[in-house]
Amino acid sequence: MDKIRNLSKTTKSNAITYGIVIVAFLVMQGLIAAHAVSHSLIGLLVPICAYICMAISLNLVVGISGELSLGHAGFMSVGAFSGLVAVSFFKGIVGAGPLCLLIAIVIAGVFAAVAGVLIGLPVMRLRGDYLAIVTLAFGEIIKNLLNNLYVGLDDHGLHFSMKSAEALGMQGGKILIEGPKGAVGIPQLSSFLAGFILILFTLFVVLNLINSRTGRAIMAVRDNRIAAESVGINVTKYRLIAFVVSAALAGMAGALYAMNFSSIAPKKFDFNTSILILVFVVLGGMGNIRGGIIAAALLTVLPEQLRFIGDYRMLIYAIVLIVVMIVTNNAKIQSVLGEFKERFRRRGDDKAAQAADAVEGGAKHE
Amino acid sequence: MSLEHISRRGFIKLTGVAAAGLGLSACGGSGSGSSSGSSAAGAIKIGGIGPITGATAIYGNATKFGAQVAVDKVNDSEGKTVFELNWQDDEGDAEKAVNAYNNLMDWGMQILVGTTTTTPCVAVADKTANDRIFQLTPSASSTDVTAGKDNVFQMCFTDPNQGEKSAEYIAKKKLGSKIAIIYNNSDAYSTGIYNGFSKAAPGLGLEIVSTQMFTDDSATDFSVQLNDAKSKGADLVFLPIYYTPASLILQQAKSMGFAPKFVGCDGMDGILTVEGFDTSLAEGLVLLTPFVASADDAETKGFVEAYKKLTGTSEDPNQFAADAYDCVLAIYAALKDSSVNASSSNADICAELLKTFGSGSYVYSGLTGKDMTWGSNGEVSKDPKGVVITNGKYESLD
Repeated sequence: MDKIRNLSKTTKSNAITYGIVIVAFLVMQGLIAAHAVSHSLIGLLVPICAYICMAISLNLVVGISGELSLGHAGFMSVGAFSGLVAVSFFKGIVGAGPLCLLIAIVIAGVFAAVAGVLIGLPVMRLRGDYLAIVTLAFGEIIKNLLNNLYVGLDDHGLHFSMKSAEALGMQGGKILIEGPKGAVGIPQLSSFLAGFILILFTLFVVLNLINSRTGRAIMAVRDNRIAAESVGINVTKYRLIAFVVSAALAGMAGALYAMNFSSIAPKKFDFNTSILILVFVVLGGMGNIRGGIIAAALLTVLPEQLRFIGDYRMLIYAIVLIVVMIVTNNAKIQSVLGEFKERFRRRGDDKAAQAADAVEGGAKHE
Repeated sequence: MSLEHISRRGFIKLTGVAAAGLGLSACGGSGSGSSSGSSAAGAIKIGGIGPITGATAIYGNATKFGAQVAVDKVNDSEGKTVFELNWQDDEGDAEKAVNAYNNLMDWGMQILVGTTTTTPCVAVADKTANDRIFQLTPSASSTDVTAGKDNVFQMCFTDPNQGEKSAEYIAKKKLGSKIAIIYNNSDAYSTGIYNGFSKAAPGLGLEIVSTQMFTDDSATDFSVQLNDAKSKGADLVFLPIYYTPASLILQQAKSMGFAPKFVGCDGMDGILTVEGFDTSLAEGLVLLTPFVASADDAETKGFVEAYKKLTGTSEDPNQFAADAYDCVLAIYAALKDSSVNASSSNADICAELLKTFGSGSYVYSGLTGKDMTWGSNGEVSKDPKGVVITNGKYESLD
């Protein structure tokens, strides 16, 4: 008991975050086993996991590093398509199973990280609005590159072309990525369990990074760039670290996402998707990892649960977003919530004090 | 007391927001009877998926209303509720389409008419193949939709097929010999037709002198593409694209004094309804489409009338609506004399429909073609109709 009480505040907070994810996973597994969940919700599980990973990784850039990135879906698509190629390539070697998915996710992370470095090197020298504009452009560029990318696999290995499927010069084999059509016939390897493990991994990386020396340097740069520079922190380096880690995690989430659908097109990863992920982060609270997770899950489920109201569902969705923004920023509502919290805590303290008295009393009697 | 911190005005504001939210959700519930109504007893549940919102909403809405017209027609003629239609929005997105599909599965869907667009259709077709649900898509035209699945059939041409047929038609009717192509390389439909066309054209004595492309993001200025076609001396410009960019191409060609013959595909259908478009620009435009709303036969007339009544507009239905209409009626014709009914499982209905559609000898005549048949790969076989626009109206070329 004492040990738990003596844990640092961040450790406790992190434990709660892990706990929420694990409990949510176990509860869902239980409900699925009991056949108490609808088809729609089961179908949503893997996308929710992917979006949660996206929200956590973007939170690293937006919340912790304090930069505005508007092209996060770009990294997701790099991961999705490199993961797809990896799956097709390794399927024949290790079989289409969890190991194949693992390899694909790792490769997706590596490719997205490389993209992150390429973008980050010039971009991390910019600040503020410029970074937002460049990441926005990056998302669009990636989308257009993928629209022109043709990848095929035959006995001679992989073929790449930026012109057309014919230009691949394939001898039999299979075309994996076909320009604007994207990829079809993807083996559906993603599962809820894989998504859950990826969330834990993403959380582990991000939370440990935040609480490390590097993380504190990143936050120091966010809070006051000049002060951070004056104590010898390499500003570009630390911003780049946050950006690349975030890109790699987004790429992994992209691979998980892509492997859940049998067809995926580059169009999916457009500006709207980037903004959707940013909305998760902003509504969950910038820098608040737990909030981002909850926001991503709720906002993915909400439009589906509103299907029964037909044409009005996107309207309600928008109203919910606005209400949440008003409520979380309203000082009065926050003071009410704060008071409830305070009262709850005081009652808890009273109980603890009583318990302590009782123990003391018991000791005296002996 | 903590509530004292909220002023009276603040409290009223909050209740107002809450009440507005509740009110909206309530009126939404009553206003969507047609799309997600309560189950009628003894009706076969047909699910529909297509974009009702987003960039491709025009096609999704057309298929939704087209299918609804057919369902109403069947129910009226039988004097009871044979079919019940539940149409769900997918925003033209694979993820949302799978969500919509799962939602329909919760509802108890037995047959699927959809999806309207290609990428979502491939994702959904995988699910229906697993769950044994018969799927007939009105307009998802890629070959990937049907490849490897025995339960998925198409009402429209496949893209490469349409490209080939267009080339054949141009060669047969001698519409032109030096051909320029402008296509959208960020669009699977457009790229698919282009690939089919460019493969077939050389063998038919057609010379492709200029191939130019654009993307969804650059679909506003076509001077580069048109100048290239003009300087290479093209006498025919083939436009395997949707009508919105096509209307701009026609405008810009006119303003630069370039007047070749323009030929489009079924995506061109609807160009006369573009708001603010000078229809005289489309004069002489040839398009290959399976359906012409101005046709004289009784079935087309009846469909156009019912469609306008249902949508409450004066707009003619396009070929997407007609395809969806044909989908429902083709399913009805195949099921009419069978033993399956509303209490049959989706797998039984699927097996029954596969017996007819998959037999190769099932013949259906509808709005979008006479004597259509389906191959075992799920692709439809029918002839395209060539029409030319004269005096702002479609006129048959055949």
